[in-house]
Amino acid sequence: MNRLERIQRSLTKKTAPSFEIGDTVRVHVKVVEGEKERIQVFEGTVISRKGGRNSETFTVRKISYGVGVERIFPVHSPIVTKVDVVRQGKVRRAKLYYLRGRKGKMAKVGEREFSQESKGQAVAAAAKAAAESASAEAASAGKA
Amino acid sequence: MTNGLLGKKLGMTQLYDAEGRLVPVTVIEAGPCRVAAVRTRDRQGYDAVQLTFGEVAERKLTKAELGHLKKQQIPASRHLREFKKLGDAQVGQVLKADLFQKGEWVDVEGVSKGKGFQGVMKRHNYRGGPETHGSMFHRAPGSIGSSSYPSRVWKGKTLPGHMGSERVTIQRLKVIETRPEENLLFVSGAVPGATGGLLAVRKSKKG
Repeated sequence: MNRLERIQRSLTKKTAPSFEIGDTVRVHVKVVEGEKERIQVFEGTVISRKGGRNSETFTVRKISYGVGVERIFPVHSPIVTKVDVVRQGKVRRAKLYYLRGRKGKMAKVGEREFSQESKGQAVAAAAKAAAESASAEAASAGKA
Repeated sequence: MTNGLLGKKLGMTQLYDAEGRLVPVTVIEAGPCRVAAVRTRDRQGYDAVQLTFGEVAERKLTKAELGHLKKQQIPASRHLREFKKLGDAQVGQVLKADLFQKGEWVDVEGVSKGKGFQGVMKRHNYRGGPETHGSMFHRAPGSIGSSSYPSRVWKGKTLPGHMGSERVTIQRLKVIETRPEENLLFVSGAVPGATGGLLAVRKSKKG
């Protein structure tokens, strides 16, 4: 499985967006309309992150005109151009599916004091370093 | 040159094509294969090349196998298989994954995963009977023929038995990406067999 893992790592983005569960994010999505291409923004709360390596996805939930809307984005998709963290959330679990059954104030995630070097960013940095070493390894293997 | 290569299934993953669509792919380590022998119409009556694939310790091969490879100064290799010959081929020539281009169609042959002894529902897609409501007929094959004529079971009647572990070819799979320097092919969809299994990747018959 090791060989496949290395290949999967090589298929990830060089700089994966860093955010955590409970964060309010603005996801910049590339939309193609006929000939034209434009950026659409989807803003909401990250309620789950699933999968690993190149098949990782995250779910963003927002309330649009009183209706709950959820979109699942692949982290490494080329159509997800940017993910901005608007607000960091204070949560104690990895999946916030409990927000689905709630309304109004109860459906909010508490705010956390902004920290530059959050856990997610540290993990992302580590993953990036690993990806770089993997690609370097693959290149040297290719030469040999 | 040949119309195909031997390879190893590394497993499945996914990648994005030029339009940004997600495509499920199987990663195949195709080659490098060496030409161990060339069959010619004059000597053997048909044109083919024999390819080697995979490393193996010399002690694991028989003297006959080793002798055959040593004669051509080819390192000990695990697999030997004949492929169609296209154009020129020299003994000792090394064939790599660059035989296949991005966007080409390929046929992939392998040995499917063994399923053991299976009943007719799994093996031949019989419908079976009701599970409940007093039914006493669940997964059995049912009647397997008529009485006075033919008074025997027809040949080829589908019945329970061993399933899987057979040669399966999947035709016309698209090469989504290649990495010739790493001997990798990314082929759309699934291919027969377990991860690590031997595969034969050929240019597609149906083009």
